[in-house]
Amino acid sequence: MNAVVDPPAAAPKLAGLRIWWTMLAISIEERLVYRGDFALGTLMRFLPIVTQVFLWTAVFSATSRGDIAGYDRNDIVAYYLLTMLSRAFSSMPGLATGIARSIRDGSIKKFLVQPVNYVSFLLASRVAHKLVYYAVAAAPFAAVFFLCRSFFPPLPEASTVVAFLVSLLLSFLLGFFLETTLGMLGFWFLEVSSLVFGYMLVQYLLSGHMFPIDMLAGIPSGIPGTSLADVVAWLPFQYTAYFPAAVWLGKVEGAELTRLLLVEAAWVVVMFFACRIAWKRGTRRYSGFGG
Amino acid sequence: MHNAAAAGGESDSVIRVAGLAKEYRVFDKPEGLLASVRALFHRESRLVEALRGIDLTVGRGEFVALLGPNGAGKTTLLKLLSGIITPTLGTASVLGHVPWERADDFRRRFALVMGQRNQLWWDLPAAESFRLHQEIYRIDPAHFAHIRDELVDLLGVRKLILQPVRELSLGERMKLELVAALLHEPEVLFLDEPTIGLDVVAQHTIHTFLRHVQAERRMTVILTTHYMKDVAALCERLVVITGGEILYDGSLAEIVDRFTTHKIVTLDLEEEPDRARIERLGYPCEIRGPRVVLRIERSRIADVLPELLRDERVLDVSVEDVPLEEIVAGLFRSGDRRSQPAEVPS
Repeated sequence: MNAVVDPPAAAPKLAGLRIWWTMLAISIEERLVYRGDFALGTLMRFLPIVTQVFLWTAVFSATSRGDIAGYDRNDIVAYYLLTMLSRAFSSMPGLATGIARSIRDGSIKKFLVQPVNYVSFLLASRVAHKLVYYAVAAAPFAAVFFLCRSFFPPLPEASTVVAFLVSLLLSFLLGFFLETTLGMLGFWFLEVSSLVFGYMLVQYLLSGHMFPIDMLAGIPSGIPGTSLADVVAWLPFQYTAYFPAAVWLGKVEGAELTRLLLVEAAWVVVMFFACRIAWKRGTRRYSGFGG
Repeated sequence: MHNAAAAGGESDSVIRVAGLAKEYRVFDKPEGLLASVRALFHRESRLVEALRGIDLTVGRGEFVALLGPNGAGKTTLLKLLSGIITPTLGTASVLGHVPWERADDFRRRFALVMGQRNQLWWDLPAAESFRLHQEIYRIDPAHFAHIRDELVDLLGVRKLILQPVRELSLGERMKLELVAALLHEPEVLFLDEPTIGLDVVAQHTIHTFLRHVQAERRMTVILTTHYMKDVAALCERLVVITGGEILYDGSLAEIVDRFTTHKIVTLDLEEEPDRARIERLGYPCEIRGPRVVLRIERSRIADVLPELLRDERVLDVSVEDVPLEEIVAGLFRSGDRRSQPAEVPS
């Protein structure tokens, strides 16, 4: 009827995107204030992997077998380097404890008062956090992967690379919504650091950060016909470290790969809604601490 | 009692509150290790009534001071009106919205400034926070620049907006907080102790600024404070809350009129006075050398003053109302006596 007037639904959408873009830009600027700390933190991340490689070297020299559960010495090094890459996407340092802190000290109030969505704000600042991190970490990562290139199998096909990238992106979202939900439990518990600690522990065991999850394939879970690895595959944790690495190394392929990508995507959706519900219920219960 | 809504018509009331009550459950943390261990299994809790059924109507363009001792429920009321918390009982409407539903349409039309809380990004210059507000509140870019410059110049902080906020003094930060809060031209502004910890000059600047902006925009403002200077400089209407209830709601002039029975007369005499003679005239608050401060009943002042000027050799005289602080403190105390501790064991 009236072509001059913008469709009313499009305008708020666009404005939402612009807010998000500004939040991202400002978060990047804020992150850059601490670039020195970032650079140091990046280097520190390489240290644990060195100990892990030494540990497995010792394991391999103690046994006469050439491989353990399908992994030889080279595979292990490649595996740990790859999980480090997936954790660069999925780990969210300080996210849950930061949310809980802002609930406790009352700084969350401004997100209740201003017409802005807290979760999208957190997402923007986390994307900013990651982008700055990648900018700083790209060179050392590239150098390490180049030096260790002999441990890796030949480059996989393009379709595997695409699946790998999708799994990394999903692992970012999964890690984000998991930790955000965990932080919002702060509306009920105020202090979530022990919860976060418990989560980290389970995460460390079941994400593949400690050992490749398919090493559990031979252990029965107690449910007839399923191994522990099958059970872990239904949980969200392995998608934050093991899964992307396994995709790159060609450990999961074809229909199995599609199925697991769908499980990962389903967890992202579940945690997205869990996060929304926690926010809705939590803010209703919130009593506005801190003056 | 003063009621602006009656004068301006019901439709012009911006804030309407009826029977608003808020209870908090608090857990007592017992002292000592053994008691702390016991508290793991059974925690003593009790309900604290922060607000006990408040009725309040505020018309468009009013500047209302909310006074009360610490813990009286002032901040709780502001938190309810800005939608941060939900009430236990009662209703409230601000600009036609229920605040705790937190509709974006509502949130674009008001602002809350807390004296002890930051909305500016700590590590970035305030200009960046302003830019974010421009997006969040969808302010037209040209209009935004105009408003920002106007506000910044009124407070004399133009030079500071490019400096990281963490490097600024408390007063400078507060001024920039105010700018941030007013960029989207809120119709309603809640100020929670905006001058806390500021020096006299900064307080004065903020008073002048708030008065100007409020008059120009016909903004409705509710201010909580402990400084009577804020009240005297800014507000015509005063609401006193103690123990979660409204004790007084009326004009500033009326409170002075209603609650002061005495005047304070300060005399500078030529020589030290005769104490007995002075005491006959009024209650001496202070006699230090030739300087005398007397408290005299208002009804007697017309009789006493001529007598004083006749009998004493007076160099200088001033007659003042009892300071506002004292009146308000008296009100607070009377409120304490009236309402018993707002607690219900459970």
